[in-house]
Order: sequence, then C-alpha cells, then structure tokens
Amino acid sequence: MNRQLWGWLFAGPALAVVVVFFLLPVLAALVLSVTDYDLYAIASIHNVRFVGLRNYIDLLSNPLFWQALGNTLYFVIVGVPLSLAASLGGAVLVHSKVARWQGFFRTAYFAPSVTTVVAVAVIWRYLLHTRYGLINYALASFGFAPIDWLGDPHWSMPAIILFAVWKNFGYNLVILLAALGTIPSDLCEAAELDGAGAWKRFVHVTLPGIRGTLVFVGILTVAGYFQLFAEPYVMTQGGPAQSTMSVLYLLYDEGFKWWNLGRASAVAFVLFLLMYATALLQTRLTRERNA
Amino acid sequence: MKRLLVLASLAFCLAACHSRSQDVELRFWAMGRESEVLETLMPAFEREHPGVHVRVERLPWTAAHAKLLTAVAGDSTPDLCQLGNTWVAELADLGALKALDAELRDDEAVPVSDYFPGIWRTNQIGSVQYGVPWYVDTRLLFYRKDIVKAAGYDAVPTDWASFKTLLKKIRAQSNAERYGILLPLNEYEPILALGLQSTTPVLKENGTRGNFSNPEFLAAFSYYISLFDEELAPPVTNSQISNVWNEFARGYFAFYITGPWNIGEFRRRLPPELDGQWGTAPLPGPHGPDASIAGGASLAVFKRTAHPKEAWALVEYLSRPDVQQRFYDLTGDLPARRSVWETGSVKNDPLTAAFREQLERVRPAPPVAEWEEIMTELRLMAEHVVRHEYTPAEGAAELDRRADRMLAKRRELVQAGRLP
Repeated sequence: MNRQLWGWLFAGPALAVVVVFFLLPVLAALVLSVTDYDLYAIASIHNVRFVGLRNYIDLLSNPLFWQALGNTLYFVIVGVPLSLAASLGGAVLVHSKVARWQGFFRTAYFAPSVTTVVAVAVIWRYLLHTRYGLINYALASFGFAPIDWLGDPHWSMPAIILFAVWKNFGYNLVILLAALGTIPSDLCEAAELDGAGAWKRFVHVTLPGIRGTLVFVGILTVAGYFQLFAEPYVMTQGGPAQSTMSVLYLLYDEGFKWWNLGRASAVAFVLFLLMYATALLQTRLTRERNA
Repeated sequence: MKRLLVLASLAFCLAACHSRSQDVELRFWAMGRESEVLETLMPAFEREHPGVHVRVERLPWTAAHAKLLTAVAGDSTPDLCQLGNTWVAELADLGALKALDAELRDDEAVPVSDYFPGIWRTNQIGSVQYGVPWYVDTRLLFYRKDIVKAAGYDAVPTDWASFKTLLKKIRAQSNAERYGILLPLNEYEPILALGLQSTTPVLKENGTRGNFSNPEFLAAFSYYISLFDEELAPPVTNSQISNVWNEFARGYFAFYITGPWNIGEFRRRLPPELDGQWGTAPLPGPHGPDASIAGGASLAVFKRTAHPKEAWALVEYLSRPDVQQRFYDLTGDLPARRSVWETGSVKNDPLTAAFREQLERVRPAPPVAEWEEIMTELRLMAEHVVRHEYTPAEGAAELDRRADRMLAKRRELVQAGRLP
C-alpha cells in the first residue's frame, strides 16, 4: 500500500503534465470534431451544433482531402526510402576506414538539419528557379531542357522531396553513424577472411548489426514525413494546382485560416489514425522478421 | 519618520488614484508600415486631448486576422483597430464592432460626401456603418510606356477587346519573347477586379449562394482565361517570378495589375534609365472604363470598449485632412478623402492620377464572413481552368457548388433570423 502510494507520488507530476497538456486537449479536439464549431461559434456559443460524423463524412467526400492524402503518401512512399538510403549510404561512406576528416564531414552533413526550414527554403527557391537556378544550369550542361520545378504540378513534389531529403540527410546520418560504430570490427574481419565481398559484408554483417536503429530511424522518419507542412508552406504555398497540398496543410487552412475548428479537428484525427496504423504496421513487420 | 512614510504613501496613493480616474488609455491595434508611422502621429493627438494616452499595439499583417478572431473569442479586443475593409463584414457578423451611425450623424469632422462612395460602402453591413475608411486602394494597370509606344499606341485602350489587340501586338513584335501582361496565378484580385465590372453580384440570395455562373461574370472569367490561352500572360505565380521589378525592368511583360503600394516599390527598385518610361492606367472594362476592387483599410471601434468617446475622437483626428496629408507623405497610402486629393503632394504626382479616376468607380465585394475563403477557391479554380482541367463554364458551376457549401451555415443562420 505504502509502496503503491509512493509510486503514484513519483509518477504524479509527469502524469499530471500528460493529462493536462496532452490527454485533455486531445479529448477536447475529439469533442470539437463532432460539432460544427466555426467562425459563428465565436459570436455565440448557441451557434454550435452537434453534427455527429458529418465532418468526417464531408472530409472523406472532399476531393481536396484525397488529393492532399495522395500527395502526402507520395511524399512518404518516395521520400522515406530515399531519405533512409541517402543517410545510410552517407553514414557508411563516412564510417569507412579509408575516409578521412570524419569529424568535418559529420559536421558538414549535419549542418542542414540545424538550420531553419524557412531560411534554407529561400535559398532552394533560387536553386530551383526555372531560368536562373543553379540546378537547371547544371542540367542544361548535360543537355536537358530547363525544368519548371516549382511551377509545374508534375515536378513540384519531386522538388519538395529533394529538399526534404537534403534537409533530413544529416540527422539520420549521425544516428546511423553511431550505430555503425557499435558493430564489432572483428565480425567484419571474420567475414572478410571467410571470403565475403563488400556487398555481402554489408548485407549480412552491417545491416543486421544496425537493424534496431534502422527501424527506429524509419519510424521517426515516416512520422515526420507524414506531417509535411513547412516545406510546401514556404516554397509553394501548396501549389501549383494544389500539387504540394498535404494533409497537415489542409488542417492548417481549415483551422487557422478559415476557423473551421470542427472540421480541422476531424482532419487531425484522420491523420492520427493513419500514422498510428502505419507505425503499428512497421513494428509488426519488423517483429515478425525477428522471430 | 514612520509618520512621514505613511504620509508619503498616502500622497502617492492619492496622486495615483487621481490620475487613474482622469487618464484614459486607448488600445489601438495597427498593422505593418502604418503601425510604425502612427507613433509619429500620436503626440499631436495626445496634446489636443490631455489625459488620453494612446497605446499603439503593432501586429504583423500575416498574423492580424487570427489575432483579431482570438481577441473576439477571448473578450480581449482593443478599443479600436485598423481593419482591412474586407474584414469588416466578418467582425460585424461576430458582433464585435460598434455601430457608428450615431457618431457620424451631423459630424462635420467626418463628412460622408467627401469619401469615395464605393469605398465607403465596404464598411456598411446591412444599413449599419461599422467603420470609417482610413486609406484606400484599388487595382489597376502598371505598364511600360516605351513598349506601348513602340506598339503604336499613345494611350492604353479602355475596353477589353482593343486592350487584347494591343497585348497581341506587343507579343508579336517581340518574336513571342515578351508577354503582354502579368497575372500571377496566386492572386485572385485581377479576376475579381474584372468580375466586379458587372451589374450582377457574384453572390445571390442575400449573400448565401454563389452566382459565378451568371453570364456577366462568366464573360469576365473567360476573358481572363483567354489571356493565358492566347499566350498573352505567362501561367506563373509570384514566387516563380522571384523578382517582379527585375522582370518588369527587363521587359518580360508590359502590363501588371497591382495596387498603389507598388508606386513606391517601383520608384525604389526600377533602374534609373526607366524613369518616365512607366506609368499607371485605369483598368479596361467590357465596353470602356469600368469598376475595380474597393480596397484599403478602415478604422473601427470595438463594441466592448470602455471609452467610446475617446476612441471616436481618435477616428476623427486620423480623418482630418491635414493628418491624412501627413499620413500620405509618411506612408504613400492613398488618402480616403477626396478633399485631400485636391491639394498637396498626392495631386501633383502623375502616377496617382489613374488611381484618382479608378477610385470613383470602385465596387465593394459582397460583405460575408466567408469571402476570403470563397476567393481562395476562385484563385484555385482559375488555375485549374488555365491548365485546361475545366472549361470556364464548368469552373464557374463548380465554384457555385463550393460557395454554396461554404455558405451553408450562413444560410441557416440567415433563415433563422440570427444574421441580418
């Protein structure tokens, strides 16, 4: 009894913070999402009505939501593997025995992740400029026609993905680099003695060695990429032709631009369910392989 | 010693209590450049009204809308505020603004007849006046005189058809390297300006249903789209242009529909060799000179203010011709009162003459809280039509459907008698 009391006492402060700043707001948002709370509700609370699941039904029948969802999935499905592959490749290179100046590269690659999105996006907008951008300039020297990166609906998302991968590159790289450091070097040497080539060593020694970290980084990256917002907000404002409109962007517009808090809460819950399901799937998949 | 302390504190308290009962502090919310300039205008007001102190609280334009709504929701509104005049309807619907009809009656300091009628009406919801125009703006043509002259024109045509002929000539003369006009795809204002050039409003049934399919709006919409289809306007957004002034100086386009703030920007940013080579002109209409947007900002007093008299005195002060003149000199914001246009620096500027003419013909947008949301849909739809995903008629019909959906709650409230 006494022990139990002490336990609650210790957990209490943290629990209180979680309840007040997380659980209660989430519950309030759940309640909001079944009302038509909007601009008129500010004038008089009597203008709020219970609408049941109408916000959810409206959302699911709104073509813009499906477009935003499609864009978000495009970003996650293409962006996450690309981001992981780039970071892993970078980490292996920096970790390699022949690499020099590891400290310098680690810092240089990490630098983008500690800069603000807004400042860097301005520079990227210039890099991606159709007529004066450095990227098109480089492409032109290989004989490619200029690409309207941020103005063509087909190229805007690839441009955003490119930017996001570059921005995330260093963060995951540093985590994976730390994991690579934990693989005992005698394992690699033993494999080498047994006649395993570089690729075989990578697949059978390195990858299993950092599996846990890789799963962790994967889940974090997926969760982060689902919440795509700042990049399109700064670079394209969701355009052109809403090709970079994400689910979170839709939520922002509904909630903070048009003050439809009921509908915005519904968007938030749909996004939450989506991310929860994906994270569940990821852990399930990796657990089965472990068994 | 102790007695001295008691006496001193008593005296202090008396002085403090005394000043509190007399002094009035007005909280005034202002945005952007205007809020910076206000600080230089306030000392004169405070000298004229002893005991009234004005606290100017500055908001960035990007956050102003959300802050205003939050203040209304949290009962923490200021005494008065600078309001973009498309926001007046929204805040009036929320019941946050004070009706000013009693103050305006027989008030010689704010004579209604001295204001541009189209601008004045933007502050009228139903038959109630909720604001007083402070400075005005509208959209019209900025253009390269040298390019227009090279195409064989002395003046800018005033009707749609001949204006398009000029644009075609400019395009052809440059071997299709130059565009006639820049209409950024991320702005709805050029479409709205053309759309307001009709006698049929774009919302019907007391502002509760969309009316974009009416023949007059459809004609304006089709005209706008045709400028892209005939390659007279580049299908780009402002952020793709990166630097509008550079491109204007280079002659990437000859015309640009924009507002009065760009007079100052163009002067500052265009290279000196373009001096006198660019000008402003009223918007062409379907059959000759016609309407444009009634923009600008107004001064509004909040219903919850504890000092309505002092707040109104400040509105009167800022509406005075000499203060309006000073404000124009400091900001370049166009004065709301015609009498200020008759004298002084604004009259002598050749670039504002077109604005003076256009301002007599401005038309307010329908006063509904959902207006900006509807305009966002208009902009998005225009982009879809420019990219041939819809025809103009299909686009207008879809706009009506979306507007009807957004106005559903308003419709119910109007039918229930909760909104005028």
